[in-house]
Amino acid sequence: MTAIPTNQVCFRTLGHDAPSSLATYESLGGYQVWRRILKEKTPPEEIVEVLKLSMLRGRGGAGFPTGLKWSFVPRTSPGQKYVVCNSDESEPGTFKDRDIMRYNPHQMIEGMAIAGYVMGATVGYNYMRGEFIEPFESCERALKDARESGLLGDNILGSGIDFDMHNHLGAGAYICGEETALLESLEGKKGMPRFKPPFPANYGLYGRPTNVNNTESYASVPIILEKGGQWFLDLGKPNNGGMKIFSVSGHVNKPGNYEVPLGTPFKDLLAMAGGVRDGNRLKAVIPGGSSVPVLPADIILKTDMDYDSLDKAGSMLGAGSVIVMDETTCMVKVLARIAHFYFEESCGQCTPCREGTGWLSRVIHRIEAGEGKLEYLDLLGDVSNKIMGRTICALGDAAAMPVISFIKHFREEFAYHIEHKKCLVENRS
Amino acid sequence: MINIEIDGKKLSVEPGEMIIEVADKAGIAIPRFCYHKKLSIAANCRMCLVEVENAPKPLPACATPVGEGMKVYTQSEKTIEAQKSVMEFLLINHPLDCPICDQGGECELQDVAMGYGEGVSRFTEGKRTVKDKDIGPLIATELTRCIHCTRCVRFGEEVAGIQELGAVQRGEHMKIATYIEGSVDSELSGNVIDLCPVGALTSKPFRFSARAWEMQQRPTIAPHDGVGSHLYLHVMGNQVKRVVPREAEAINETWIADRDRYSYESLHHADRVTKPLVKQEGVWKETDWSQALEVVAKQLNIIAKNDGADQIGCLASPSATLEEHYLLQKWLRALGCQNIDHRLRKTDFRVKEQAPQSAALPCEFTDVEYYDRFLLIGSYLRKDIPMLNHRVRKAVMLGAEVSVLNPVDYDFNFDVAHALISDVRLLSTQLAGILKALSANAPLFSTLPDYLRQVSPDPAQQAVADSLKAGEKVMLFLGSLALHHPEAGLLKALAEGIAKETSGELAFLHEGANAVGARLAGAMPHVGAAGSALPTPGLDAAAMTHAPRKAYVLHQIEPEWDCAYSAQTLQALEQAEFVVALNTFQSDTMLDYADVILPAAAFTETSGTYVNLAGHWQSFEGAVVPQGEARPAWKILRVLANLHDVEGFDYTASTEVRDELKQQVEESAAQSHEVAGQTDTSSLKSYSASRDNTQQGLVRLTETPLYRTDAFVRRSPALQQTTDNQRTGVRVSRQVAEQYKLDPAHPVTLQQGDYSVSLPWQVDEALPGNHVWTAGVAGLGAPFGAIELTQGKVS
Repeated sequence: MTAIPTNQVCFRTLGHDAPSSLATYESLGGYQVWRRILKEKTPPEEIVEVLKLSMLRGRGGAGFPTGLKWSFVPRTSPGQKYVVCNSDESEPGTFKDRDIMRYNPHQMIEGMAIAGYVMGATVGYNYMRGEFIEPFESCERALKDARESGLLGDNILGSGIDFDMHNHLGAGAYICGEETALLESLEGKKGMPRFKPPFPANYGLYGRPTNVNNTESYASVPIILEKGGQWFLDLGKPNNGGMKIFSVSGHVNKPGNYEVPLGTPFKDLLAMAGGVRDGNRLKAVIPGGSSVPVLPADIILKTDMDYDSLDKAGSMLGAGSVIVMDETTCMVKVLARIAHFYFEESCGQCTPCREGTGWLSRVIHRIEAGEGKLEYLDLLGDVSNKIMGRTICALGDAAAMPVISFIKHFREEFAYHIEHKKCLVENRS
Repeated sequence: MINIEIDGKKLSVEPGEMIIEVADKAGIAIPRFCYHKKLSIAANCRMCLVEVENAPKPLPACATPVGEGMKVYTQSEKTIEAQKSVMEFLLINHPLDCPICDQGGECELQDVAMGYGEGVSRFTEGKRTVKDKDIGPLIATELTRCIHCTRCVRFGEEVAGIQELGAVQRGEHMKIATYIEGSVDSELSGNVIDLCPVGALTSKPFRFSARAWEMQQRPTIAPHDGVGSHLYLHVMGNQVKRVVPREAEAINETWIADRDRYSYESLHHADRVTKPLVKQEGVWKETDWSQALEVVAKQLNIIAKNDGADQIGCLASPSATLEEHYLLQKWLRALGCQNIDHRLRKTDFRVKEQAPQSAALPCEFTDVEYYDRFLLIGSYLRKDIPMLNHRVRKAVMLGAEVSVLNPVDYDFNFDVAHALISDVRLLSTQLAGILKALSANAPLFSTLPDYLRQVSPDPAQQAVADSLKAGEKVMLFLGSLALHHPEAGLLKALAEGIAKETSGELAFLHEGANAVGARLAGAMPHVGAAGSALPTPGLDAAAMTHAPRKAYVLHQIEPEWDCAYSAQTLQALEQAEFVVALNTFQSDTMLDYADVILPAAAFTETSGTYVNLAGHWQSFEGAVVPQGEARPAWKILRVLANLHDVEGFDYTASTEVRDELKQQVEESAAQSHEVAGQTDTSSLKSYSASRDNTQQGLVRLTETPLYRTDAFVRRSPALQQTTDNQRTGVRVSRQVAEQYKLDPAHPVTLQQGDYSVSLPWQVDEALPGNHVWTAGVAGLGAPFGAIELTQGKVS
């Protein structure tokens, strides 16, 4: 195994003293792009073109090309526009944005400022999940320093350009990571997804054109503009540009965040994370956060970690949240836990999700408790399929996909649970 | 126009319309729960999912705009599968309690479940239950049945303009609730019952009293305000069991006010008079019609002969029908009596109303939405005429600016741009200030008393003037408080002046269901039917009180509530030689002053016509048989005239009465809406004589709360229990409470001249200083006059 390059994009301040400080960030070239843009008034189209070339794809989970998204906001339309950073990071298994904000908040801020410039927005909001006290404080410090250095505010560095932003803590609802629910929440309303279209690019915060990106996406922008779109694309592979932070959790010896090139083989990433704990055998991996389909060991071990490869393998890269499960894992129990999560987090708006998530959760818990029947397996699949694609937002899909994939790949384990009223896995963890 | 296809049917449709709207127009049924044409699109129930060609997933028909060449399949396998699966989800937690659910038989969920539900449920888990909420006397809740369509929530936000219901918690735990434990108090609240597709919100007074299929639906017109909302009465046997809206886009859209929905409860009140009653030597006796009518005819004859017909006075409710108003005046005028009036709460008659107008609004109700500036003068429009207020609210949503001039800082359900909250004695000064800000040399000033000529506009008045001036279409409303004000004539002239300077229009918010009709019918002392001139004018409502008559004919009124000078009116009635009351109800007070009580049919039991503020003649038929021996009032009046040998009373149907008047109106010249500048300004200077310019001392402010407006609503138990109706007793400003060191534990005594009453009191922060507010309290003097307040130590 050749050494895998790491920490070249969002984590570039790691390993330096006071990584989150303005001084460290600037010593590594931080805010140079912002200063250049302010001075040269770089045409926004040029910036969008660089992003398009880089093939930076949305790091929040959907993988939509960021350059393309930025081109949707009607930049020249009159009136207030907004840029919003989605730092809600609520998907079980995901903890990368937290570290960006703790260790490199300025890069996210610079990315948002550039986005504001490109889209003609003068106000930005960074929406964080309610539990993010430490990242919030770090971002508040960073904003204060940036403002005091004249990098934010009115008429920044005499350029005639205005941009300021605010950090905002949510109240701990998963659904507020859905961008339109986030906007509702930011407006002070109950976090419920909006029907789309219209999309936020045309009708966003307070009904104004709004661009919403993930923290990691914004934080990737300054270095792409510094080193070029081609440089970023070459870090990864075609159609999957750049590095990506993978949050590796579960049964590994060294859980944590790893920023590695897209396309890195899973087995290499697993090795970086110290391999499976206690020398156990790998059983399954959820590669992109709890909502994406699970992959059994034999498939994931042959798969590279990028959008296209995981899609081909039958799952999704999602937010890069790699949940590793070894042979001691009871898949029924895992699914019961996941199903309960979506049951609790459904906003309650759409009938299939509101009613279906509770039904799924209860049936799976019954199987787990040894009260299942074999026909439940078909019922679960059927109910899941009736939620999929029938709701306003993707939470319905997120609740359905794990159920479908767990039963698809581990049907005999569920059947054993039902028939023997106990777990197939002995000494399960 | 673009071309689409639904189920193979080619349609030419407007771009931007949603699939469901297009399908509805084409008569293609798509099931739905959350969609309602009058509410915003939520797209949350998912029942209307349909297959659209080239779309990977079924799309909600309510939220998918049509596009050129779009092909929609409402009956395809994919569509039916999607809809059936949504129905399964809707039913898993819905209790199957249809047999004990009030909605059973008229339930949208039940109906759709017949088409899309399965006979057996696969759901074997425990069903969700939700604790019921008590949200007030009007609406019953059974929230376990809720399917979370949020129509009721959106209604509050978008139509009622007050967020009282919301969806709290999330997912399966989501429930409809008031955020803080409380009641739902909007004056339009009952509409959520009609909106609720299931039995989660039902009518509390109606609950468990009839099944949908046991009732017949009969149309009528609402009898309480000048909108004349279209109603359906739901009748079982001979009983009105409930009232629901009848769709009429130009009048009430699909809504009705709670007052119109729940006043039917009074129809079975114990006070109903079901037999003619005659007082003989101080004792009330039930009698038959011929005897009772003969007593009335004879007594009126004697007084007319001995004392002159001008010793008879007639006070009629502004909510009586057009036919009743017309027959009353035709009969009494044939006897030589001109003393007839329906303007019972008016106190200033110095400026005579010109020939009757065919409407009190310059436009249709729907047009109100397109005015961009309003000035409300002396009006709590929201509670006075809720459905007209709804139109103003819609205008505000479109960007209109509303200014108000009121003595109370009322709680409107739209943004008020400029609020002039003024001492009630200074309303004319405020208007003069606005007029001066618009035009210092307005010709009107030369006709005004000195104290108005000399005003100089303050910044607040200037702001109102600027707002009106910037408008393209300006409407001024003279509300009931302005019309009843002791300077009503001045206020009207000033409003006309302002309208002229702003190229605006003036609207009169008369009380009652038929105020415009009463004017057309000649139920006024100075003009006859259809504006015909009279040889000598009679006495107006106030004059009939101040100069007591020997006989009174009272038509559907209770003077203690309905007349401006209530105590004085009762005194006049007590001293009269003969009083006949045509009324649906009796009361102890009535038994005191009346000599004959003739049981008049209720509004549901008679045919007739109301002319609404927009000038629509809205006729209706009797929906049920009158109770007991009560008879439609137009028939009673016909017989009385016959007994007096008056010519031309051979009507066999109320429509003949209406058509007779209609012909006269069409032939008469006075048909247009009253326009600015019609007021005879010659009398305006005389106002200085009565004006108290000191604004010293306390002033009484009288209001008729919305559930006290007429005898029907006053006897509707559910309406009487509402929060709105708790606005009673005596209210004083904070300043008065402090100045008089009032003790909250004890009542206060109010005194106006010889009249005094003692009542409990409370502070009202919305009142200006020096004001004592009463809810049409009987037993006092002038409704906007000086008043004394004391609080003796109660032992």
